[in-house]
Amino acid sequence: MPAAKKLKLPSPSFDLTHHTLGNGLRVVLAPDRSAPVVGVAVLYDVGFRSEPEGRTGFAHLFEHLMFQGSANLDKLEHFRYVQSSGGTFNGSTHFDYTNYFEALPSNALERGLFLEADRMTSPRITADNLANQLEVVKNEIRVNVMNRPYGGFPWIYLPAVLFDTFANSHNGYGGFEDLESATVEDAAAFFDSYYAPSNAVLAVGGDLGVDDTLALIEKHFGGIRKRPRPKRPNFGEPPLNEERRTQHHDPHAPIPAVAIGYRIPDPIGKLDAHLANLLLTEILSDGDASRLQRRLVQRDHLVTDIAAYLGEFGDPFDERHPSALTITAHYPDARTLEAILAAIDEEISSVARNGLNDGELDRVRTRLVSVLLRELDAVLSRTLEFAKFELIYGRAELIAELPALLAAVTEDDVRKAAAALRPDRRAVLELVAGGAE
Amino acid sequence: MSLVPELTRPRRAKKLATAEALLRNGLNVVAVRKPGVPLVEIRLRIPALSAKTNRPAQANLLAETLLTGTGRLGRAGLAAEIQALGGELSVGVDADRLLIGGNVLATGFGPLLDLLAKVLTAPKYAEIEIETERDRLIERLTIARSRSGVVAAEALGKRMWGEHPYALDLPTPEWVAATTAKQVRTLHEQIVLPQGATLVLVGDLAPAKMIDLAAGAFGRWKGAPAKSRVPKLPEPTPGLPLLVVDRPGSVQSSVRLGRPAVPRSHPDSPALQLANLIFGGYFSSRWTENIREDKGYTYGPHSRIDHHALGSTLMFDVEVATEVTGPALLETLYELGKIASLPVTEAEVTSVRQYAIGALALSTATQAGLASTLSALSAFGLGLDWVLEHPARLSALTVEDVSAAAATYFAPSQLTGVVVGDADLIVRPLGALGPVELAE
Repeated sequence: MPAAKKLKLPSPSFDLTHHTLGNGLRVVLAPDRSAPVVGVAVLYDVGFRSEPEGRTGFAHLFEHLMFQGSANLDKLEHFRYVQSSGGTFNGSTHFDYTNYFEALPSNALERGLFLEADRMTSPRITADNLANQLEVVKNEIRVNVMNRPYGGFPWIYLPAVLFDTFANSHNGYGGFEDLESATVEDAAAFFDSYYAPSNAVLAVGGDLGVDDTLALIEKHFGGIRKRPRPKRPNFGEPPLNEERRTQHHDPHAPIPAVAIGYRIPDPIGKLDAHLANLLLTEILSDGDASRLQRRLVQRDHLVTDIAAYLGEFGDPFDERHPSALTITAHYPDARTLEAILAAIDEEISSVARNGLNDGELDRVRTRLVSVLLRELDAVLSRTLEFAKFELIYGRAELIAELPALLAAVTEDDVRKAAAALRPDRRAVLELVAGGAE
Repeated sequence: MSLVPELTRPRRAKKLATAEALLRNGLNVVAVRKPGVPLVEIRLRIPALSAKTNRPAQANLLAETLLTGTGRLGRAGLAAEIQALGGELSVGVDADRLLIGGNVLATGFGPLLDLLAKVLTAPKYAEIEIETERDRLIERLTIARSRSGVVAAEALGKRMWGEHPYALDLPTPEWVAATTAKQVRTLHEQIVLPQGATLVLVGDLAPAKMIDLAAGAFGRWKGAPAKSRVPKLPEPTPGLPLLVVDRPGSVQSSVRLGRPAVPRSHPDSPALQLANLIFGGYFSSRWTENIREDKGYTYGPHSRIDHHALGSTLMFDVEVATEVTGPALLETLYELGKIASLPVTEAEVTSVRQYAIGALALSTATQAGLASTLSALSAFGLGLDWVLEHPARLSALTVEDVSAAAATYFAPSQLTGVVVGDADLIVRPLGALGPVELAE
């Protein structure tokens, strides 16, 4: 790239305040008084990977239990207090963490903090609540996986091919047998180990005053009992050196699909390599100008759609080591799988061997920065990002530095990333269409 | 005494700078400055109502191919230019309209409008792209129709609207296969025209500047569509048997109930909005608390009001485990009958009113959310004033108003219903609750 044409990308700027309470709770505040709304997010450093064997799906089932009442709140009250304040709420379980969050009018800020502190103190886990939420979770799995074509594809099934350890390869939604065997005692022990304040990050963003909010946080969270922070094992696995293949039968899918997974370098320890991989996925599949779209959709008519992404849920900054680069495609003719794999390999090795076209890297990173900025517009998504970057990367500030870091990735970095995606390093999961007529 | 903190005094939202202009070519432009991130959101809504049977196929194929080239730019070349601006454009379609949506770094806003104007005035619709997208569209429709919820929505549409275009929104593979490049080009000439279209722009630029750039970019886009003659939406026949559509092997049943509602301009509309929230429109609703949080029959039921050009609807959606399909419908009918027969409570009205006001504020607090809201409102001649005045309309409602709306619109005897699931397992339990008809 000619040095004269140095790309300038806009960066977001934030005013972040960090604080750690006596019990170890890490706090990030991000005031922005432009609109009378606040986001409150609590992230606990526990996800699918920390589930014990025989308890697949437990982290997610437990997330449901955190909404079932707490120290001072009966069942249903959490929802009612948030919504009758004009707010919205949810929670979600990921590979490496679990989040709980609210978007609220700013006059409900203290109420939101109270609600999160109350369940960090003690959720009301009873046999009735467990039995009820077990049924709800089974219905969640039915609607999102069992009754839906391509349900859970590939995030539930690809890790089982790509990774070896139980922690990395098991079904994060859980098998029904494991879910049904969960007990109130399991839940109490899980809470005690993983839901310690020292194992959590609280982020609050939006229409707030820093000093007042810190005082409210101290008032509601400061008295929560200090417990040791659990030691997180290193879950990393080295790259594959031999191709793996498996089939997955989907009873409702009308046409086949394929997912190709590669183990990638540590997203945190090797952030530069991670960002090169991120730009590579965009070069491969973002929009009609991307290489895989042009080749497999537009020229060869091999696939209905194709996508390349980092992170099992498509968020490149959602996971610690190990994480994955995934390519998925749906295609009308089951006999063309080998041709599809060959075309993908050719396109990847063409990046590695011949490099990029003029302007290709710059247009892709310009668009990527635009997408990152857009995700920061809503106060709640912004607050969740602060909490996530603080928990996973140890630095919420990294969000603002990403545009400059992306601008510093070179063509050579991207070629090296492409060179690592060799056929002998991939796991291939073929979805067999049971619903084909 | 409750330990839960009281709400403090609410802070007012800042006033937004806006501008609106009717360009000489008939294009209505609405621009709102909303700082936050250095981007601009774009929504161009082009009316597309038609009674022609082959319209859904043609309009869907047009939507898939509109952005596949203009002038010297081929498909990838156009995409690359848009990407280099930090931008994105996409085209959506339904029975009412085409919607070209997108966003771009504020620095690339003017150039993106220029590219969009070129696409609108000189699209290519190359034969090869039409062929590619025709096959893909058929494959995507096949995938869509493999989903239980899509089958249910289509079946309910036909049950409520018969042969009206609103029931035939999703094209058949046969009609798509028969659609030619020439038909798509002709359709573009007939409907992709500025007269009657609305362009909404929300972002970090001065409204006057956005309007000037739009006027400059779209000056050469000209024309007015012929008046479309679409039949009125028929009144669904109440009291039809519950229609069961067999989907063997389903571990859940998709239950869909529906009936006509009223547009935002109708005096009942605000009270109906609150009645719907109390019934099943938010998590703390009666329906959710009963069949999810008490019985565990479902991951979550939802009821909602949809507004379309020819009429509004009140819709009820839930996926329930196959083995409890009967009991789940029983509880649903009980809650419907209860809200239609007995008054709602003061506490319920207070809660949903606050929720509705807060949710509107949150959904319009982002550039993308505000742009989508304003674009949807524009179809009914409404705008930012409606958003700003709506909290007052909700605040004026009494418990009696909301109870009256519930009595009018939630009577279970007036609903049309469809269930998609494993017929062998659900026909008998559903039949215990009322007449059932098995679809062919």
